[in-house]
Amino acid sequence: MLEFISRMLGRENSSSKNVAKERLRLVLVHDRATISPHMLNQLKEDLIKVISNYMEIDEVNLEVNLNQDDREVALVANIPVVKMKRDYATKG
Amino acid sequence: MVTSGKGGVGKTTTSANLGTGLASAGHKVVLVDTDIGLRNLDVVMGLENRIVYDIVDVTSGNCRLKQALIKDKRFENLYLLPAAQTKDKTAVSPEQMRTLAAELKEEFDFAVIDCPAGIEQGFRNAIAGADRAVVVTTPEVSAVRDADRIIGLLEANELRNPRLIINRIRPQMVKRGDMMDISDILDILAIELLGVVPEDESIVISTNRGEPAVMDHSSKAGEAYRRITRRIRGEEVPLMNLDVPDGLMDRLKRLIGMR
Repeated sequence: MLEFISRMLGRENSSSKNVAKERLRLVLVHDRATISPHMLNQLKEDLIKVISNYMEIDEVNLEVNLNQDDREVALVANIPVVKMKRDYATKG
Repeated sequence: MVTSGKGGVGKTTTSANLGTGLASAGHKVVLVDTDIGLRNLDVVMGLENRIVYDIVDVTSGNCRLKQALIKDKRFENLYLLPAAQTKDKTAVSPEQMRTLAAELKEEFDFAVIDCPAGIEQGFRNAIAGADRAVVVTTPEVSAVRDADRIIGLLEANELRNPRLIINRIRPQMVKRGDMMDISDILDILAIELLGVVPEDESIVISTNRGEPAVMDHSSKAGEAYRRITRRIRGEEVPLMNLDVPDGLMDRLKRLIGMR
């Protein structure tokens, strides 16, 4: 009944269009997050290049994945570090 | 090309009306039905009884392009190239489609390609022949989602800057807050708007008769398509006024200061 009254008075929050918008927003985050394996590989290579400036990493066991759950999409990287580069620290 | 991803949102109706609208403005136009196996542009145009050859006959060399083109009843500068009904989508290749499109481009001012639903070969064929894309959607979650996917695929295939037609919008429902409005959909899809077509019974009637609504000056949807046609021709045309008159509740709300 309360919802009915608030709808009659034009409170928008309960309107179904807002439900539609929010559901669409979430579903599109997922839809748009489909990355091709090729692109993921390139991303990996670029990551290795950048990180290698600072530390030595285990490239074979490096993992980069796009994780999705109901609420968000996250890029999760697990990058084992073999050795820090000492010269970087001194060079600043 | 006219595309949508989802079926049933009005691609064929839109193609028929855009083609007819452009032809009535004096352009030489060909409507190309690429929905092989499920052809419908012929019936929407009222030309189903005149088909002799189809698009597959042309691309496979069974006949010349001129032989397959059907001249419209109303406009002598409007033609239809019908889809084949007894074959499947693989009967035409993207390469053949490119060749066909090049041939059509020499002959016509506009080639309106009606794309099948889905993102499989039929869609890829239509993309291969197209320079510009019009995406049709309706204000529903499923149609907007599919439109988003299609826009991504168009851009991945170098068809940049597709333009959007929001079809079958119902102003009463929008006003109640029970249907996404134009800005909601543009927010989500982030592409340029080409036009908005209201839900209109006259579309059913005009399809029954095989006469595109764009010719019917008493039809609201027809008016929307006329405006879209002018925009395609490069004119700046304001959106149709789709406001619904205020009812008792609105006046009451205003009275008590709710709006």
